[in-house]
Amino acid sequence: MTDALEVRVKPMMLPGHIRTPAYLRGKTGVIERALGPFANPEQLAYGLKPEQKKLYRVRFTMAEIWGAAAENPDDTIDAEIYEHWLEKV
Amino acid sequence: MPHDHDHFHHEGLSSSGHPYRQDNDTPLTYWQQMEIAVREILIEKDIITTAEIAAQIEAMDARSPAQGAAVVARAWSDPDFKARLLKDAAEASREMGFDIGPLKLIAMENTADTHNIIVCTLCSCYPRNLLGLPPDWYKTRAYRSRVVSEPRAVLREFGVELPQSTRIRVHDSTADMRYIVLPARPAGTEGLDQDALAQLVTRDSMIGTGLPRQPDLPRQAG
Amino acid sequence: MTDTDGRRWHDMGGQPAGPVAMEGHDFALWEKRIDALMVLCGNKGLLTVDGLRRVLEDMGEEAFEKYSYYERWIASVNQNLIEHGVYSPEELGTKMLEVAARGATYGEAQND
Repeated sequence: MTDALEVRVKPMMLPGHIRTPAYLRGKTGVIERALGPFANPEQLAYGLKPEQKKLYRVRFTMAEIWGAAAENPDDTIDAEIYEHWLEKV
Repeated sequence: MPHDHDHFHHEGLSSSGHPYRQDNDTPLTYWQQMEIAVREILIEKDIITTAEIAAQIEAMDARSPAQGAAVVARAWSDPDFKARLLKDAAEASREMGFDIGPLKLIAMENTADTHNIIVCTLCSCYPRNLLGLPPDWYKTRAYRSRVVSEPRAVLREFGVELPQSTRIRVHDSTADMRYIVLPARPAGTEGLDQDALAQLVTRDSMIGTGLPRQPDLPRQAG
Repeated sequence: MTDTDGRRWHDMGGQPAGPVAMEGHDFALWEKRIDALMVLCGNKGLLTVDGLRRVLEDMGEEAFEKYSYYERWIASVNQNLIEHGVYSPEELGTKMLEVAARGATYGEAQND
């Protein structure tokens, strides 16, 4: 995945230690930059040997996340999301 | 936490004959009991030494917003440094001699039409290895919950009112990176050297909940 | 009937909340020591920040409301060290009794 690519956060809701915030699940954003591979926190948290997962900064508009309730639709939120939580749109 | 410096507890002398610190003469809590026990077990097992703990506390105490302010002031004064800061803020901080450990840091630049603000909605990740420990409000439910949905309302509570034409960019520290805001250099500071500029840089201006001080106004706390 | 959307309590972004409380406090020695233990144990490979967060999350919302930041952190440091086999629950319990027997205040309970 490369910069400016449109991606969607998988809408999975599951228990356990997860670093993808619920308010971004199912939302579509644009890759702001690629950060490289990092140890998967979903395994590290349980003392398991972690796989390396690519991490991306993804930029979302307030309009996409909050719809009509957004304070200003063009303001943005950037968050770091691991590759296994993202799908191409 | 009360800090009554006039209070002196005459019976409260430690075995070394010195009065206990203020923190030490309140009733022992369950969690303090656990802290002492864990620390002593680790020392008895030769896993950690008393000196290591003291050195770590000293290293953390030495980290403060003044370090970040020095980085910002240099970026305001030195375009090449600013370019390096925006490329890799951790390397730029190390270049200035700050011991930031393994911190991975990204600097986000405020401009005439963009304002950045930092949060961690999942816990309370903070650029502690550069700025020191976070203020209590950064860790509150209110800040963590609301900054992503109503940053402008939260900013108003901090006394910052931004026009709708200013683009707000919220950065949620969800994973391995930490963030610092590079505030916009205030107008009217052309003659100031880096030390004077650093005096204008507040902690909150590097988190995005504040703006730098103006050079001619009396200093504000924070 | 109580259903859930699956969002966990610590995942707070966008949830309704009141005004931001601005008051702060200076960190006490016991809080700084917990912070130091967390960093040093991490450096020595005895725990990960992810493991610390996992325990904090599993402690639940009630613990978040009831206990202060470093109270929750020592609980999590301890849980992670026990899970890693650094010491046993029995060793902790014995040492905590020993600590409490030294005195009624934090200062008196030190082994100095």
